[in-house]
Order: sequence, then structure tokens, then C-alpha cells
Amino acid sequence: MSDFTSGFWNWYVALITVLSIFGCGLLLWSQSKHKVRIGQDGQPEKTTGHVWDEDLTELNTPMPRWWMGLFYLTIVFGIGYLILYPGLGSYAGRLGWQSSGAYRLEVKQASLDYGPLFDKYLAQDIPAVARDPQAHEIGQRLFLNYCAQCHGSDARGNKGYPNLTDKDWLYGGEPSVIKETIMKGRHGQMPAMGAALGSDKDIENVAHYVRSLSGLTADPVKVAFGKPKFGACAACHGADAHGNPALGAPNLADKVWLYGGSAETVMETIRKGRDNTMPAWGEFLGEGKAHVLAAYVWSLSNEGEAK
Amino acid sequence: MNAPEPMVKEAVVKMYARREDIHPREVKGRYATWRWVCVWLTQALFYGLPWLNMHGRQAVLFDLGSRKFHLFGLVLWPQDFIYLAGLLIICAYGLFLVTTVAGRVWCGYACPQTVYTEIFLWIERRIEGNRSARIRLDRQPWTMEKTAKRGAKHLAWGLVALWTGFTFVGYFTPVRQLAHEALGFSLGPWEAFWVLFYGFATYGNAGWMREQVCKYMCPYARFQSAMFDRDTLIVSYDTARGDCIDCSMCVQVCPTGIDIRKGLQYECIGCAACIDACDSVMDKVGKPRGLIRYATENALTGRWSSAQIKRRLLRPRVIGYGLAFFAIAATFSGALALRTPLKLDVIRDRGAMGREVEDGMIENVYRLQIMNTAEREHLYRIEVDGIPSAGIADEDLVELAGASTRAVPVRVRIQPGKAGSGSHPIRFTVSALDDASLRVTEKAVFIVPK
Repeated sequence: MSDFTSGFWNWYVALITVLSIFGCGLLLWSQSKHKVRIGQDGQPEKTTGHVWDEDLTELNTPMPRWWMGLFYLTIVFGIGYLILYPGLGSYAGRLGWQSSGAYRLEVKQASLDYGPLFDKYLAQDIPAVARDPQAHEIGQRLFLNYCAQCHGSDARGNKGYPNLTDKDWLYGGEPSVIKETIMKGRHGQMPAMGAALGSDKDIENVAHYVRSLSGLTADPVKVAFGKPKFGACAACHGADAHGNPALGAPNLADKVWLYGGSAETVMETIRKGRDNTMPAWGEFLGEGKAHVLAAYVWSLSNEGEAK
Repeated sequence: MNAPEPMVKEAVVKMYARREDIHPREVKGRYATWRWVCVWLTQALFYGLPWLNMHGRQAVLFDLGSRKFHLFGLVLWPQDFIYLAGLLIICAYGLFLVTTVAGRVWCGYACPQTVYTEIFLWIERRIEGNRSARIRLDRQPWTMEKTAKRGAKHLAWGLVALWTGFTFVGYFTPVRQLAHEALGFSLGPWEAFWVLFYGFATYGNAGWMREQVCKYMCPYARFQSAMFDRDTLIVSYDTARGDCIDCSMCVQVCPTGIDIRKGLQYECIGCAACIDACDSVMDKVGKPRGLIRYATENALTGRWSSAQIKRRLLRPRVIGYGLAFFAIAATFSGALALRTPLKLDVIRDRGAMGREVEDGMIENVYRLQIMNTAEREHLYRIEVDGIPSAGIADEDLVELAGASTRAVPVRVRIQPGKAGSGSHPIRFTVSALDDASLRVTEKAVFIVPK
């Protein structure tokens, strides 16, 4: 595909290229001969006739013929290259070579090389893969490459990025669910509940009630006022606030807070909602790597069973 | 303006010419013997070294695939490339020193181009005969005899060249396995390519290119003249003696086809074949040897004795190159001997500044890239210091197999209030439990959030 907005630049570049090659040939041809004086002995002189600094002269010691041939060969090579490969204006070349094609070829080769290894693990269930020391090392390297940017090198997460080493899971911690999360990604949404709950006072009351569920300090009066309002939240988080893995709604009764558990942060979460994405890795990594990664991630919180 | 210009006759000459074939006459003598000693030594080393085993592996193997370079007891990693640079600098200064003292002795005796040309010339002589026979053969029409001789020569050259290419690749791929594959015609495509490539390079350079490599291609040849001075030993013709009988032996034996009697020329590779040839002629005509000899410019003009030449050995240029050579060689050997076969890189997790965990402790996460470059496994302890109370939150022992590398995520914790908010320098130390000398320290920063 051409990046030029008009055909002019295509011809402009192509013409310069062709003229340059032609010019190189012309220069080579013109410089391969030289006019010298005939000396006293009737033979051409051994110097080019160029004299400087009074008596320094330049010998015309000829180059080996094959060397000149090499120069012409580079011109032939250049022409051949421009016919076969892209380079002449927007002409794509007879071979149709593209850098993206070269990339695809390398990826294909890599999957041919490593495919059997991952196929071997794909045939095993995830806990079995987690017990394999080689798979564990591969999994760790994959994790450090692709996951550690958000979840941290130690997989303990950051604000907004879940800790993967505890037993607390937004969507469930079964091996198959972890793999599904990696393959398809997740989009966790909590709608802004400010308007639904009412005034700022109401929001504060609900926040205190939520904090009280996990035993955090809370004003008993506000807790009492907040409790009935929690009905609006129960649709997702459940009446007992233990969450719903099918929706990715977190358990509010434990001490794990994805965004922070201070009263201010909880109020902010209620008022503005949350919208968070884990990208889908299936297409990029392929199922084999996702399988090994799932085993690694699962082993982080199931150390006893994995070893 | 008034006098008419004299007629200037001009001719057009070509600035390139066909190479004149050179058929050096075989030469025997002191220096030729020395050259053959060098040929045998260098080639025994080159062809033999890959077959030497040590510690259950090939003693010298540059394993590009796994990026490990085995050199006898040493395993070098890509991170050790500085040693290669050091080695090259030592070689360069060695060349400078030798060139200043004795001219192009490297070129004349030990350079692969000279050595392989010598071997190929030997083969050529055995098959096609001596200089005059070869010149005659050149002029002959393509008879059966000529075809057979030429064919046999190129076949023999090709075999030596292939063996050379094979040996060269044997430094990068286990040579025994390579030999097995080569005999079974099952070489991998790249192995086959490089064997043929280096084989072709040997065949082309030693069979066809010969002195042209020195004359037109070699960079050393071009800048070695910068090390020459009036006290450098060069192959020189003593014009003052007037003993030359014009037998042209010195020209006939010259591998670069020059006449040394015209003085020092850039084509001269300092092989001293002309000295050997001239000495033998001088012996026959009953004149003293040394009409052509290793001498310095000062010695020739001043009629110096060899003691006088030797006295000029300790001149500033030689002392300078010598000091630089030995200083670099000593530094290099010291650095190589004292190097710790353990490397450490610390990469701080960039996703987070720092976090508060149980009991208000502050935690930072790092990734430690630990490289065990020794050949056997070790158990290492990771320690951290720089802030009071700083410690490793999880397992601080790591086991690494020989010549392996591992990325270890490490959590560092400090107690609350031990450091103000901001960035603080800390140090990681990794040390082997079973060997006190295996210990490396790397700097990092610990960030306490506001």
C-alpha cells in the first residue's frame, strides 16, 4: 500500500534512484580510463600528471581488473534487488516481500519450534502442569514478561490490580477459570451508585456499613443508617456482601481491597463506580502459553497442592 | 603567448589491469625453515584444538546458540565481551611492538594468509612442478595432461580448504558431532553453509587471491608503515656492496612479485625469501652472505654493526609500545584471574512505587537477575542493607545450576518510620554459601511513599 498522497512522489523517488544507479555506472566507467602524456621514451608516463607541493606526483598504478568487476557487480546487484524487493518508489518488488510477512514467518517458525513443548502441557490438566518444575520456570518467565507490569514481579498486585497470591478471587480461583481470565480477559464494572443511594450522607452511611462488614472501625450510628441502603448493592455483591464471582463482584466482607479500604476510598468507589480491564491474552499468547501461565498463577496460591 | 605550444602527445591508459600471475620459486634456507616451523605450529594448534576435551566437554567451544564461550577452564558469557576487546587490544599492541622492532614479521611468518598460501603453494609444486614448469603449464594449451594436473591441484586445494572450513565451524559447534554429521552427509543447513563458506574463503584466498589480499585488502598492511622508523629491521638490499650478479633469484622467489633491489616497497610482506635465495647464490659465487639482509635504514647508511643495531632497540618508541603492551596484558590477566563467576542485575518493579503491608511495613518489589557463570551449581543467599530493619520478605536462598541464570522476584520490607518518604539507596548482596569468594553487590533504590 502506498503512503504517498499522489503518484508524483513515487516517480520522484524512483527517478532519483534510477539516476543514481546510472550515475554510479557512468562515474565508474569515466574513471576507469585516464589521459596521460606520452613520455620521452614513447611510452605513456607512469604518473597521472597531477603534481602538487612542487614535486609530488601521483602514480597511476592500476587496480586489479577483478576489483573493478566487483564495482560493476554491485550495480547489477542493486538492479536485481530493486526488481525483487521493495525499494523503487512504491514498487513492491517481484517477490512481494514485506517486513510483516517476515515477522509472521518468524512467529510461525517459533511456534513450530516450541509448539510440541506447549502441546505436551496442554494435554495435562493445570494442577499437573503446576507440579512440573520446567513448566513452573517457563510460567515464571512468561509471567515476568507479560503479567508483572501490572500484577508486580511477585504477583502481589498493586492498587487496581489484584493480588494473585492470596485465596481471594474476583471471578473464582479454579484452574479453568484462571485460564479463562487469561485467555479472554475481564472487564470489571461497578456502576456509579451515588445517584441511586441519594445524598452524600447516605453514601457515607453505606461506606461505614461496608467497612463494618470486614471488621474495620465504623461509626455504629452510620452503620445502622447505611445497612438498609445496602439493598441497592446487594444485587451484585449479594445480601451477605460475599460477592458474586459470576459477575466479578468482590467479596466486601473480607480484608482484601482492590482500590483501598479507607472510608474516603470506599465512598469514592460508591459515588463514581469503577471500571477496570484485564486485557485478553488468548490471541497473543496462544492457548499453550496461557495454559502454562494459568498453572503458574494457580500454584502461587495453592503451594501445598502444586508441590 | 607568442611561441606556439609544443605538441603534447597523450594516450588513454586504463586504470585497471589484469593481475600478472606470480609463480614464486621454491626457496630453502634459514628463514624458510622458520616459516615452516610457524606453519606447523599454527596449523597443529588450529586443526588440533577443537578435538581437545576437558571437564567432559570440548575444551575450546564458542557456543553461539546458548551464548556461552568455553575457553579451557573458563566459561565466558556475552557480558564478558570486554575480555574479547582486551584480547584484541593486546594483539594490536603486540603487533605494534613487533612491527616497530622487526617490521612485518607477522605478515611474513604467521599471518593465516601467508601460512595458507605457503601450504597451497607446496601442494601446487608437488602436482604441477617448480616455477618454470608451472609457467610452461600456464602457456600450454588445454591438453589431457594439463587438465589432469589442474584438476588434481584444485581437488587437493578443495580438500584442504574444506577441512579448514570444517575445523573453523568446529570451534562453534561441537566438532565430534559435526564430524559425525559431515561423514553421514547430514549437516544442518547453516553448518553446511559455514563449512562451505570458510572452505571457499580459504580456497579463494590461498589459491587465487594470494598476494592481492596483502596488497589491496589488508588493513594491517596499510597502517604498519606508521610504526616503522629508521631503526626498524626491514628486508633490505645493500646497494653499497655492489656484489649483485643479477641472477634475479630474489625476484623469482618473491611471493608478491617485487624486486627488493629497488628498496622498501609497500608490497613487501617481510617474508625474507629473497634473503634465503640471495644467501645461497652468494655462497655459490664465494661472496659473503647478507647482500640482502634484515637491516635498518640507519644501519645501511651508517654501515652499523649488529651490536649498534641492537643498541637502538631501547628507543622511546619501542619502550612506549612495550610498556603499553605489558601494562594491558597484566591488567587483562589480573582482571580475568580475579573475575567472580557470579553476576547480578537488579531491576526495580516500575508498576508501583512502594506499598504498605501488615503492621505498616513498607514493601518494594525487585527482580534480581542472578547469573551463575561457574560450571557447577551453587546455593546463594540474598541479603539487603542500606536502611535499618531492611530485610527480604520471602525465601532468601536460591539454588542455581552451573552456567544458568534465573530471575528471582524479591520483596524488601522496612519497618515503619525507619526511613522518610522518598528514595533511599540500598544494596543487594548475593553470596554463595559454600564459597566466600563468590559474592557480588549491586546498588538499588528503595522508595517510601508519602
